[in-house]
Amino acid sequence: MWEYTDKVKDHFFNPRNVGEIQNPDGVGEVGSLACGDALKLTFKLDENGRIKDAKFKTFGCASAIATSSVLTEIIKGMTIEEASKVTNKDIADYLGGLPEQKMHCSVMGREALETAIENYRTGGKMKHQLEGRVVCNCFGVTEKEIERVIRENNLTMVDQVTNYCKAGGGCGGCRGEIEKIIERIQGDKLKQAAAVPVKAGKLTNIQKIQLIQQTINEQIRPALRADGGNIELIDVDGNKVIVAFRGMCAQCKMADFTIKDVVEAKLREFVSRELYVEEDKESIDQQHHHTGQK
Amino acid sequence: MKTIYFDNNATTKVAEEVFEEMQPLFCELYGNPSSMHTFGGQVGRNIRVAREQVAGLLGCDPSEIIFTSCGTESDNTAIKGTLAALPNKRKVITSRVEHPAVLSVCRDLENHGYTVAEISVDKLGRLDLAELERQIDDNTVLVTIMYANNETGVIFPIEKIAELTKSKGVIFHTDAIQAVGKIPFNLSKNNIDLLSISGHKLHAPKGVGVLYVRKGTRVAPFMLGGHQEGGRRAGTENVPGIVGLGKACELAAKYIDDENTRVKYLRDKLERSLLKNCPGAKINGDTENRLPNTTNISFEFIEGEAILLLLDKYGICASSGSACTSGSLEPSHVLRAMGVPFTFAHGSIRFSLSRYNTEQEVDYTIEKMPEIVNRLRNLSPFVTK
Repeated sequence: MWEYTDKVKDHFFNPRNVGEIQNPDGVGEVGSLACGDALKLTFKLDENGRIKDAKFKTFGCASAIATSSVLTEIIKGMTIEEASKVTNKDIADYLGGLPEQKMHCSVMGREALETAIENYRTGGKMKHQLEGRVVCNCFGVTEKEIERVIRENNLTMVDQVTNYCKAGGGCGGCRGEIEKIIERIQGDKLKQAAAVPVKAGKLTNIQKIQLIQQTINEQIRPALRADGGNIELIDVDGNKVIVAFRGMCAQCKMADFTIKDVVEAKLREFVSRELYVEEDKESIDQQHHHTGQK
Repeated sequence: MKTIYFDNNATTKVAEEVFEEMQPLFCELYGNPSSMHTFGGQVGRNIRVAREQVAGLLGCDPSEIIFTSCGTESDNTAIKGTLAALPNKRKVITSRVEHPAVLSVCRDLENHGYTVAEISVDKLGRLDLAELERQIDDNTVLVTIMYANNETGVIFPIEKIAELTKSKGVIFHTDAIQAVGKIPFNLSKNNIDLLSISGHKLHAPKGVGVLYVRKGTRVAPFMLGGHQEGGRRAGTENVPGIVGLGKACELAAKYIDDENTRVKYLRDKLERSLLKNCPGAKINGDTENRLPNTTNISFEFIEGEAILLLLDKYGICASSGSACTSGSLEPSHVLRAMGVPFTFAHGSIRFSLSRYNTEQEVDYTIEKMPEIVNRLRNLSPFVTK
């Protein structure tokens, strides 16, 4: 059971400002059914440009509902300028804190507010668009958004980033990339996390093979698994890494110039620049043989 | 406020009769069964009785029963112990809907040079038997597939699978933790090699489990140390737990008809009424082959954790396959494997009953649930009036 503060419970059991404002000045819709939470925020301004009324509709857990409810209370009476400065931390603090794994609810609140303000400023003409490159495909989180939660909440670990914006919480294939973004932003502040393989200068053969196996286990397999595929390390011969693809990957005709390239890139990134990948043709034939037989 | 406990697939109340049986073993008969003196040695008799009681429920020989510390240990021992005993074959077959006690173990094997095949299920959570048969090859050492699913209650055709594995010379393990006490067993009449039980799912205490090992099946021990359990599981016996589990098995045999008549009636009444009175409700899983105590219902466009907290306010205990309740970000792997759409998967609620539930409790839940569902639907941006 989650440890929710009394304030969270109060806003969940007695949500304020539920509904939708007719003819609003700003509308912000974020999240989706697939992601497990979604929020529609509407607001109306008074003649002095202050937020006179704000309402929400939320699909999600108790903390998603509570953060939405509290958000409407926070922004009432604010100017657009003031509202645009509200951070996810402000929302969480107002509730007396949220469990770490639920911090993404506060980020969703801030995103909805931003989207609604953008909608107001562009006169409802512009539809909110994802800015920048998408890093986490499972939850559609961009590099920019990841950078922002790291900066605003001073995050230093991948798991924290997942708690705050969900990135890395699906197949896990982008965790290595998130680690790099954290490194780039936090630099020296960072304590080396053990989860990601460390690229060493000179490797013995045994170390190299172990690092290749570790990289496959942690950086590559999770992403393939998400699509029902798998990868097996068959052999390492000098700089040649021989792998076999299983499941959907093995049947995929594109395997030659897509998955193989991805694997090679990951191994070069985490182990050694000199590595190249070959697919074990024998095991493919075997696989086909088996399916053909029965 | 009275607690209405509909979460019996998570854990169960210890039966009063079980507790009574255990009590003398704490402060009076606290000896170690391995001791030479009469005081310690005498509790060996209690363990023997418990072993016979478990064997009685399963329809096997008492020598085929190994006591463990929990269901997870039984699963780990069955899988890793089989692979250690038969090191030359490197493929393991399981299903996509296993409990983590099996699935995590299997996925970890991939990091140690094993090939693992996960058999898929259809929309109703039924196993693809043709795929299973295709996957069994000369390299396959073990098939491990659960008897009944903990989330949906769907029962797999385990005896058929056991026949298939036997004909192919492959070891078969089944995690029967949810099935024991709800489905009659006779292991002397089928081909299951290894079977796991957990005490606390059938009104025995937490901290005790069983691994059934068919005579002649080779399993390397998981815990090393003393000679307990015939050298198959080291560690001083959890005597009160074992005695409790024995008694619980005796009671389970007695109440199995009740589970399949009265408990089933309560489950069906609850399910029928919720489907009728709650908008957007739908059952997950094959209702033809299902445990008599379990129903898994999804409520469209609303989220499971929120439902659970509102139920909790009325003292009603259930569980959910929603992402938010697990602390992960994706809904239950079982519902995803079944292809349950996200609109439904996030709003799934499991009610799992036991012989201690009453019709009054069911009626109270039937009364409260529509109000909860409508309340959350009013909040949901996806519901349009």
